[in-house]
This record gives sequence, C-alpha cells and structure tokens, in this order.
Amino acid sequence: MRNAMNQQAFQRFRRHKAAMVCLLILTIIVLTALFAPLITPYSPVKISGGFSAPPDASHWLGTDQIGRDMFSRLLYAVRISLMVGALATGISTLVGVLLGLIAGYLGGWVDRALMGFTDMVMSFPYILLILVAAAIFEPGLWSIILILGFVDWPGVARLVRGNVLSLKETNFIKGDIAAGMPRRFILFSEILPNTIAPVLIYATSVFAVSILDEAALSFLGMGVQPPTPSLGNILNGAESISILTGKPWLWLPAGILIMTLVVCINFIGDALRDAMDPRNG
Amino acid sequence: MLRYIFKKLLLAVPVLLGITLIDYLLMSAAGSPLDMLAGPRITQSAIAVKAAKLGLSRPIWEQYILWLQQVLQGNLGYSYKSYQPVAQLIGSHVAPTLLLMGVSLLVGLLLAIPSGIYSAVHRYQKRDYAIVAVSFLGSSIPSFFMALLLIFLFTVRLGWLPSGGMATAGTGGNFWDVAQHMIMPVTVLSFSIAGSNIRYIRSAVLEILETDYLRTATAKGIGRFLVINRHALRNALLPIITVIGMQIPVLFGGAVIVEQLFSWPGLGLLTMNAIIGRDYPVVMGVCLLSGVVVLASNLLTDVAYAMADPTIRY
Repeated sequence: MRNAMNQQAFQRFRRHKAAMVCLLILTIIVLTALFAPLITPYSPVKISGGFSAPPDASHWLGTDQIGRDMFSRLLYAVRISLMVGALATGISTLVGVLLGLIAGYLGGWVDRALMGFTDMVMSFPYILLILVAAAIFEPGLWSIILILGFVDWPGVARLVRGNVLSLKETNFIKGDIAAGMPRRFILFSEILPNTIAPVLIYATSVFAVSILDEAALSFLGMGVQPPTPSLGNILNGAESISILTGKPWLWLPAGILIMTLVVCINFIGDALRDAMDPRNG
Repeated sequence: MLRYIFKKLLLAVPVLLGITLIDYLLMSAAGSPLDMLAGPRITQSAIAVKAAKLGLSRPIWEQYILWLQQVLQGNLGYSYKSYQPVAQLIGSHVAPTLLLMGVSLLVGLLLAIPSGIYSAVHRYQKRDYAIVAVSFLGSSIPSFFMALLLIFLFTVRLGWLPSGGMATAGTGGNFWDVAQHMIMPVTVLSFSIAGSNIRYIRSAVLEILETDYLRTATAKGIGRFLVINRHALRNALLPIITVIGMQIPVLFGGAVIVEQLFSWPGLGLLTMNAIIGRDYPVVMGVCLLSGVVVLASNLLTDVAYAMADPTIRY
C-alpha cells in the first residue's frame, strides 16, 4: 500500500510542470558545479587573464579585478553555496527532529522547558542572531555552516513536536505502548518514519533560506572569505560604484544564479507539498 | 481577557531575561571591545585603566548583573565608542526605522492581501499561476541583489532616484525629498513581504472557500461579489492577522541589510556598526528592544485574534 501511495504522490509531483522544469534546471546547475574541474580549464583562485576583462571567447564571463576567470569562480561558488545550504539544513533538521521528538514524546516539564527555549530562539530577530554569532566566530566557511545550522532548528522542532503529539493519540502507537514495546523502538521505528514527509518538505525551505542567508552574510563580509568564491562574496564587489556601473559581468550572473537556485528549490518544495498532501492546493 | 494579558506579561519577563543572558554570553565570547583599541599608539596600562573604568575586568556574570541593575533603573548604559547614552542613541535612530518598516509593511500587505485573495478565487487559472510565480520570485530574490539592481537602474542609468541616505544634505528633509529616498528601500522590503505572504493568504482563503457556510452562501444566490467580500473576507481576517504578527520580527531583522545598502540612518545601521565595533552596550540595548518588540507583537496578535474571532476565549 505504501508503494502505491508513493507512486501516486510521484505522479502528482510530475503533473506540476513548473516544478519539473525547476528540477531540470537544478539538476543541470548541480551537475555543472559538481563537475566544475572538468568543464572549466581555469582555477577559480588563480590569475588567468587581464584585469576586469569583459566576456570573450576564452573567458565566457570575463575576468575579475585581479584577472581570475569569472565563469569558473561562479561554478565553484555554486559548489560552496550548495554545500553550505545542504550541511546547514542537515544540522538544523537533525537538531530540530531530536528536540521535537523528545519534547513531544516525553511531555511534562521537559516539553515545557524545550519549547520555552524554542520560543526564545524564535522570538529573536533572525538576522540579528546570525550577525551577532558571525561576529563572534572567525568568519569562514565552517563557522557559517555551524551558525546557520544551529539557528534554523526551531521551526523543525515545533513541526515534529506537533506531529508526535497527534501520532501519540493514534491507535497503532497506543497499541505499541500497551504491548510494552521499548521506548526507543516506538520513537525511532514507529513515530519518526510517519513524520518524515512534512520534515522533508520543511527542509527544502530551510535549504533555500540557508542559501540566501549565506549569500547575505558573505555579501556583508561576515561569511565565506575570499579567495574562496561564494555567490555572496562575488556580489560584494558590486558595492564599489565602478563595478556596479561599468562591469555588470562581475555581479549580475552571481545574483541571477542565487535567484534561480532559490526559486527552483522553492518550487520543488511546493510541488512536494502538493504531492504528499493533496488536500492543499 | 485582562487576566490572559497579565499572565502573558508575567511570562515575558523570564523570556526577556533569557534573551539578554544569551546575548551577554555570546558577546563575551566574541572577545573584548578593548581589542579594537589595541595598537602601537596605546600602552598596556592605558588599556588596563580603560578596562577597569568600563567594568570589563570583572567576571562575566558580575558584568551581567551590573548591566541588569542599570537596566532596571532605566539606564541602558553608555556607548563605548561615542560615550552617548544608549537610550539616546536608540531614540535618535528608531524613528527612521519605524518610518521605513511601517510604510514597507503597509505597502507589502496592500500588495499581498488582494493578490492572495484574487489568486485563491481564480485558482488553477493562468492569473493564479502568474501571481504565485511572482510571489516565489519575491521570496527568493536576495534583498541585497534587488537593492543593487534598483540602484543600478534608477540611480546609475536613469538618474531618477538618490542612492542612499534619508534626505539630501542641506535640505533638512522635506516630505518629497524623504519620499524620494524611501522609494527604493520600501520597494525592496515590501516586495519580499508580499512575496512571502501571498501564498500564505492564498491557501488560507482556499481553505475558507471550501467550508460549508460559503457553499451555503453561494447556494443562496447572493452573488459572487457578496460571497467573497462579505463572507470569505471576514473569515480570512484571522490568517491575515497572523501574517502581520509574523512580519514584525522579520522586518526588524530584514531592515538591517536594507538600511546598510541604502545608508538609511536607522537602527539597522546602528546595530551593524555596533556589532562590528563590539560596542556591547549598544548591541545589548538593541537586542533588548527587539525582544520587547517581538513579544509585544505576539501579544497584540493574540489580542487582535480574540477581537476578530468571537469564538476565541482566553
């Protein structure tokens, strides 16, 4: 029966045309980023041409202020953005699921304490928290991943807790409890699999938000540090007026890439939601 | 109702304490603000004197208690940088931010609410897809990229709008001047507000459209206009209130980047400079203020909820 349900969901997903197009675009972007060393002959951090040369046949998107190939910098930047997004989402989902499971299943004062803490983190202006955290740690790739990972979890925790609370009222969980099943089995083999779908859907939006946040932080100079290219720190150059006005190849492609990535991820998340929960259109 | 509000206010105290404590610990971990002073021109003993004067030589928990005592007496402390009282600094920066946030919220909601409802009513038609696509764009475009695009287009290419600040120097800021400076930052903020809320309002209205009482209203034959504007809109008020409540903390943070880009002289710019310069008293003051704003907007949302829906009793 599970299989039939999955197949139905898959068919509903495929009917979502925009999402299918987005899936295709995203696949192309991911593959070009993954195989970047095979696609571009230039290193993203080595000088290979003139200063700020406009696009031509050898440098498809021109070169930056110190002569590095922009096309290869963009490809490697997408790698960084996707990695930050994926790892930050992984961490926050893991933390959120664990806390949500514990709070929902144990209830009582544990629940109250955990949810109180969750509310506290949530009632903090998000960007402010990230900025304060980014100011503390040495700016860099790994601190960004950890900061975003440990800031994004409250939404997941609430979602999972809500699901656990409603699952606890179902007969099959009550049956497990009555049969004296071990707590770990109930939590991880019975409750967790039944709350995976909404968590996955939620995770796609966290993924999109993480990519945006990394870009914003790096843009402000508090994220990924040059020479490592990231979509945000490439755009940082456009704060200088001569680049903004005269050299659009240095900032326009990076911005368009971020937008495309995030729009596509959001559309796919939306289609997943439709596919898994047909009642909401 | 009054009892509920009172209970909520009491609950806000430990939350605020928690927020400030977390802030304080984070900031102490960030390093001493005195690092910013260090250099060849300042001696070790001068730094020690400064540390003693600012109370930085004491243990962290003692510093926090001292800060708390000050706050309870209504004193937010003094900036390490400009030596101005923090309350005064915040006071002089809060008005521009409120202006920017208020106008952006208004414009954003004026865009989002009608288009969300329109989109729900015309579900699965081309115009519905178009609105949903625009809303995805609104929530996906990084605010700084949109700001750069606007500056590129309207300041550099067309020369229509000023690129930053709140008023042209020397004019003292009359209404039209400030309005011109506001167009681009408000566009960026309200587009992202509209983008993230259209879909939310759309799905809330869709849910209402499927209820029995609306089917009854339609069956009565009172016409589509009345069905939507009298019956559906009133019930859509609840999700719309939630949306407004959720936007306030988001706006408070989102203004940081936009203010930075357009050099808008508001709280965001003040905060950013304070964070970079490790001006603890200022950062603590802003964090406390934002915590109060968020908790107050949560409470207001609850109260507005109860007023809009007579079946809710606290």
